[in-house]
Amino acid sequence: MAELSTRPTEAKSTARLEWLLVALGIVALLAAPFFFYPIFLMKIMCFALFACAFNLLLGYTGLLSFGHAAFFGGAAYFCAHTVKVWGVTPEVGILIGTAGAAVLGLVMGFFAIRRQGIYFAMITLALAQMFFFFCVQAPFTNGEDGIQNVPRGFLLGLLDLGRPLNIYYTVLGVFLIGVFAIWRIVNSPFGMVLRSIRENENRATSLGYSVANYKLAAFVMSAALAGLAGATKAIVFQFATLTDVTWQMSGEVILMTLLGGIGTMVGPMVGAGLVVTLQNTLATSGFPVTIATGAIFMICVLLFRRGIVGEIYAKLPGIKK
Amino acid sequence: MVLSARGLRKEFAGFVAVGGVDLDVHHGKIHALIGPNGAGKTTVFNLLTKFLPPTGGRIELLGQDITRTPPAKVARMGLVRSFQISAIFPHLSVLDNVRVALQRPNGLATQFWRPAGALDVLTPRAFELLETVGLAEAAHRLAGDLSYGRKRVLEIATTLALDPKVLLLDEPMAGMGHEDVAVVAGLIRSLAADRAILMVEHNLDVVAELCDWITVLQAGKILAAGDYVTVSTDERVRVAYMGTEDE
Repeated sequence: MAELSTRPTEAKSTARLEWLLVALGIVALLAAPFFFYPIFLMKIMCFALFACAFNLLLGYTGLLSFGHAAFFGGAAYFCAHTVKVWGVTPEVGILIGTAGAAVLGLVMGFFAIRRQGIYFAMITLALAQMFFFFCVQAPFTNGEDGIQNVPRGFLLGLLDLGRPLNIYYTVLGVFLIGVFAIWRIVNSPFGMVLRSIRENENRATSLGYSVANYKLAAFVMSAALAGLAGATKAIVFQFATLTDVTWQMSGEVILMTLLGGIGTMVGPMVGAGLVVTLQNTLATSGFPVTIATGAIFMICVLLFRRGIVGEIYAKLPGIKK
Repeated sequence: MVLSARGLRKEFAGFVAVGGVDLDVHHGKIHALIGPNGAGKTTVFNLLTKFLPPTGGRIELLGQDITRTPPAKVARMGLVRSFQISAIFPHLSVLDNVRVALQRPNGLATQFWRPAGALDVLTPRAFELLETVGLAEAAHRLAGDLSYGRKRVLEIATTLALDPKVLLLDEPMAGMGHEDVAVVAGLIRSLAADRAILMVEHNLDVVAELCDWITVLQAGKILAAGDYVTVSTDERVRVAYMGTEDE
């Protein structure tokens, strides 16, 4: 969308179409809880935001992190603990979770961005595993039990989040704010620099950009937004457990993003929706979920490498990215 | 003198790639770095622009010691390079390639909260630069779709966006057709008017016509230096460099 402002008429009509689709999507989300199970929808939104945050790094900066579960699950722990033990209101808990994930991102990013490609991925994985073992051992996480029965509380001390529609629209608000933030970052002057780094790091350096600083900033933003998703999930499900900090969770978000289409705004959401739906459907059937997701992943890699949304964009003329 | 190196050295695990090179680049002059393959020309480039840290010697840019300065900082100080393989941003439009270069000098690099439309103020200047190299009509195409020669020219336009004091061009004409060579040669000559240029080039006709000063490298050392007549009549150069060219 960055090119829109500089490209003449055809782009204008594409932009109008995009805004129309965004508006339709928001209306659909506003109406959705009357047709679908709200918990299910909220789960999709949390994972969609998580995948979008991950995509900020992979799709727009070109960094493959294999440790994003640390931010997602870590923020869930921070939020659950502060809400349950300290008794803060849910929005404060979510903000603390987000800030905690940002700090975690700063530390992990500081070590990881010094390396490139597979080494970067391996370092993020190693650091995330260290955080996983911290969560196993630290007293406040309750180890294998996790933090259970987190009260949803009252938003701003006023709105009872125990009511399904209240929590639903709160989560929808968080989701929209998060996605808007990512969209804004991607389509900003800073976002352009990130893309140039993704495209050709040496060239960006030779233009005077201190690439490491930009990468670290992007890493922290991605971590914080992944944390926003994880903290919100803790409020929705009223617990935080080890599942969300495992390396499998880091893998899952990669799967969601690749499946939907990296480097697109909508792709990770579609991927997240698909994976979550699949998990929910198969959870009751007894068919192993991992086999299904594995098979889908292989089909995706073999048949449509750009991901679902990426392939659609490639087929439609006039829409780039 | 805007860029100077003294005793520049680079060793890779015992192998001496560059062994004590002295180099002076002057304002308004085009300086060529030539030599057979493996002579260390690109390594010298990487050392001067700090993409590789030197293992010995001293580099000064505009009177400041940059021997230990990181590459992005050196670029901000006015020493900007091009690459042997055309270094562009393939999935950005031609216009955006140039605008990205304009962003930082214009203080529009870190704003993550502003819309991309904030960059529109750079568009007129970007078009000017594209005009200079004759790419204005391709502004909205993807840079990756350009022909090889035009990619090189785009890279030069992008480099010019920084208005560098010293321009380092690594084989700017490599792989170009005849007409493109003439265009780029003219472009380089006009650029030299108010900056210093150091270029690696294999095309000796171009070097003869364009360059004021020539340094010949062989096996990481300076074999000869001087204007084209001096260098081309030097017996050692004929043996080491021209000789291999004729084969």
